[in-house]
Amino acid sequence: MDFLFYMGDVFTPINFGLLLLGTIGGLILGATPGLSPTMAVALLIPFTFQLEPQQGLILLGAAYTSTVAGGAVSAILLKIPGAPANIATTLDGHTMATKGEGAKALQLSFLASAVGGIFGVFLLIFLTPVLAQWALAFGPSHLFWLAILGVTVIGTLDSSSVVKGLLAGCIGLWLATIGFDDIMGAQRFIFHPSISGGINVIPALIGLFAIPQVITMFTKGRSSDDAEIISVKRHPIRLAFVEVLRRKTALFIGTITGSIIGLIPGVGGQIAGLVAYDQSKKFSRESEKFGTGHSEGVIAAESANNAMVGPSLVPLLTLSIPGSPTAAVLLGGLLIHGIFPGPDLFMNYPQVAWTFIDSMLIGQILMCIFGLYIAGLAARVARVPHAVMAAVVLGLAVFGSYSVQNSMGDVYVMASLGVGMYFLERFGFSAAPLVLGLILGPIAEANFIQGSMIANATVGMGSYFFTGWLNWLLILIVLASVSYSIWMEIAQRRYTTKDDAVAKEEAMS
Amino acid sequence: MRKWIAGAALALAAMTGPALADGHASYPARPIMMMVSYGAGGATDFQARIVTMTAGNEDALGMPIAILNRPGAGGRVGWNWFATEAEADGYTLAAYNVPHFIAQSIEGGVSYSTDDFEPIANWGADPAVFVVGADSDFDSMADVVAYAKENPGGLTFSGAGLFVGHHIAALQLEKAAGVKLAYIPNNAGGAGAMRAVIAGEVLGGVNNLSDAFRAQAAGNVKILGVFDLERNAFLPDVPTMKEQGFDIDNASVNFRGVMVPKGTPQEVIDRLAEVVPTMFENKRVQSRMEAGGSPMAIMTRDEVIGMWAARQETLEELLAGL
Repeated sequence: MDFLFYMGDVFTPINFGLLLLGTIGGLILGATPGLSPTMAVALLIPFTFQLEPQQGLILLGAAYTSTVAGGAVSAILLKIPGAPANIATTLDGHTMATKGEGAKALQLSFLASAVGGIFGVFLLIFLTPVLAQWALAFGPSHLFWLAILGVTVIGTLDSSSVVKGLLAGCIGLWLATIGFDDIMGAQRFIFHPSISGGINVIPALIGLFAIPQVITMFTKGRSSDDAEIISVKRHPIRLAFVEVLRRKTALFIGTITGSIIGLIPGVGGQIAGLVAYDQSKKFSRESEKFGTGHSEGVIAAESANNAMVGPSLVPLLTLSIPGSPTAAVLLGGLLIHGIFPGPDLFMNYPQVAWTFIDSMLIGQILMCIFGLYIAGLAARVARVPHAVMAAVVLGLAVFGSYSVQNSMGDVYVMASLGVGMYFLERFGFSAAPLVLGLILGPIAEANFIQGSMIANATVGMGSYFFTGWLNWLLILIVLASVSYSIWMEIAQRRYTTKDDAVAKEEAMS
Repeated sequence: MRKWIAGAALALAAMTGPALADGHASYPARPIMMMVSYGAGGATDFQARIVTMTAGNEDALGMPIAILNRPGAGGRVGWNWFATEAEADGYTLAAYNVPHFIAQSIEGGVSYSTDDFEPIANWGADPAVFVVGADSDFDSMADVVAYAKENPGGLTFSGAGLFVGHHIAALQLEKAAGVKLAYIPNNAGGAGAMRAVIAGEVLGGVNNLSDAFRAQAAGNVKILGVFDLERNAFLPDVPTMKEQGFDIDNASVNFRGVMVPKGTPQEVIDRLAEVVPTMFENKRVQSRMEAGGSPMAIMTRDEVIGMWAARQETLEELLAGL
């Protein structure tokens, strides 16, 4: 119960002020497209030079927590996922916003974030030693199977048919091979200097999601002069609480999936939201409603991506190995004050370590309060006329892609992927499976190569990839996931005829 | 409004005017950018942020240095950009990692070599060390080599990638001990390679001294040897490879420093070469670096030119067999 003992430290005037600053600043940075949690935390590091270690970490912890949740704002209102963690949120969240239910979507997302986030931090407080073993359990073979599991999700994710979903995933996998390969340094498909570093995920995300929408808005403006007025429905916060509690399955699956996947170094944060979304879709009684602005979709995705925050710090705090890029930046924030994270951290610097964790706990609650407060205001964005909206989204898309590494190359990548995606969407493809392919490709490839190098030097490929309970568990889940998709396909005959496509197209525009 | 614009324009003209008028005498007239070719949070990024934090002081450059990360492909993306696209006006600096960029230029497929860059000063030297898990049976390099002799090609050990310091150290060890080893490059850099050792996925690993020092303090690894000419102040008890009977020099030591693109005006290079080392000597910088467990080695421009040339020669010889 050490964490309760140090709880008081969070509420000293300076510390609490910094916590507020970190939370509000984090929400704003998180809501800005292109500013991922990693970048937001890196931006704040210089400010911590002047602060006490404890104060610096409070600022960083609060900012980390709230940037992850803040990403939902642009995902829901503008359909620009600020970071890979928020991809799944766009699927139902943005659909809700276009129906005038933006306030509800934002309230649900902040409440679900807080529930997931608090659960994640409690895992960090109580189960760190156990979780550290779990974080180490995933070797190259397991990560390879995990990436394959992700690929099986692709087919069922938000497309008009499984075949089109898989095709979109394959395009993503191909895009992922562009650039120098991670292990051997070989050059592949580099036909222009701006892609020599490969396709950066964040500009790709912005382009694939935001640009088709901008083009659609422009074309609509030409065809119909009388712009439709979306009435923004007000949504009492009380009802949002009821809704979140009513969707127990989605909340439960989201929180658990997010916590487990968040632990896995290097993989977790990027796919936790999507995997949770897919799982709760499969377990939901109303699975056909997913993708049409269903509240379960938002709840699952957002509870998962905040549940991952606490566990993602386990490898850093216990083993001194940063498990994610954001954790690596936080490590810098600790080292600069001469604090070495490790099993002794809680013994040598209890005041710093526990206050940091407590601040993340309180930060989750503050984030939720501020989030609920802005939800009502922010949802009015949906009433902005299309012409203005298109211009704003386009501006933010360019700014967001450029700011990742001050490179016009990324803006070109964003624009060309976006235009390509516009045409693909007209044929019933969607962006989510494509992005998932882009994220999973390097994970699957690098771990397969590493695994096979280790296997060839030791036990051989067959026994390396096919022995051990964890390998078999993952293989079995892969098989179950594939057979479920095939069964659903046969049961529902989910393919799009030309008439359906035309009808969908008309509904969209 | 119009008055305000006119005022702003005048102020802008006043600010840029002198800079244009008297050439480079007033350098730097605006903030400087420094490119780091590894991601935020990595050792190079972390150290670059510390050693440049006093740049804005009056006795230093008088202008702040902002860090810009261009990570990818073991540093190739950033250095390619720096060699081909960065402006040689003195406002774009970059951090270098030797032997990484020299080894990559020898391997080929990149648009840079030592001839494309002008070194300014060196701030740090992070030797490679050999680590094994805390519960490993290996207690010295002799144990490791004995195992490798019994199982040719079967001793798996991790490192941060190909054609980086760790890979050079691995090649040197293979050559000096006369054994065949299985070097497993990790796609997640030094942190990923260290994780592989702690998790027992590989039997050992080559890693940065600064990271291994922390991991040892946390009780996760044993450090068996240092790939350097002398023992390190952070690890006085760990013998060098030479002490353990392997003829290995300091070619794999990760030197970090500041450089500018070829074609930068000589006056600017001279001014930077004079001021930058004094920034590294700043007491606050030194204490922060020590707190973070980052060994420093301050070298002037002339010393770095000599070091680059020496590395070029050693690495060409070592990589010739690949």
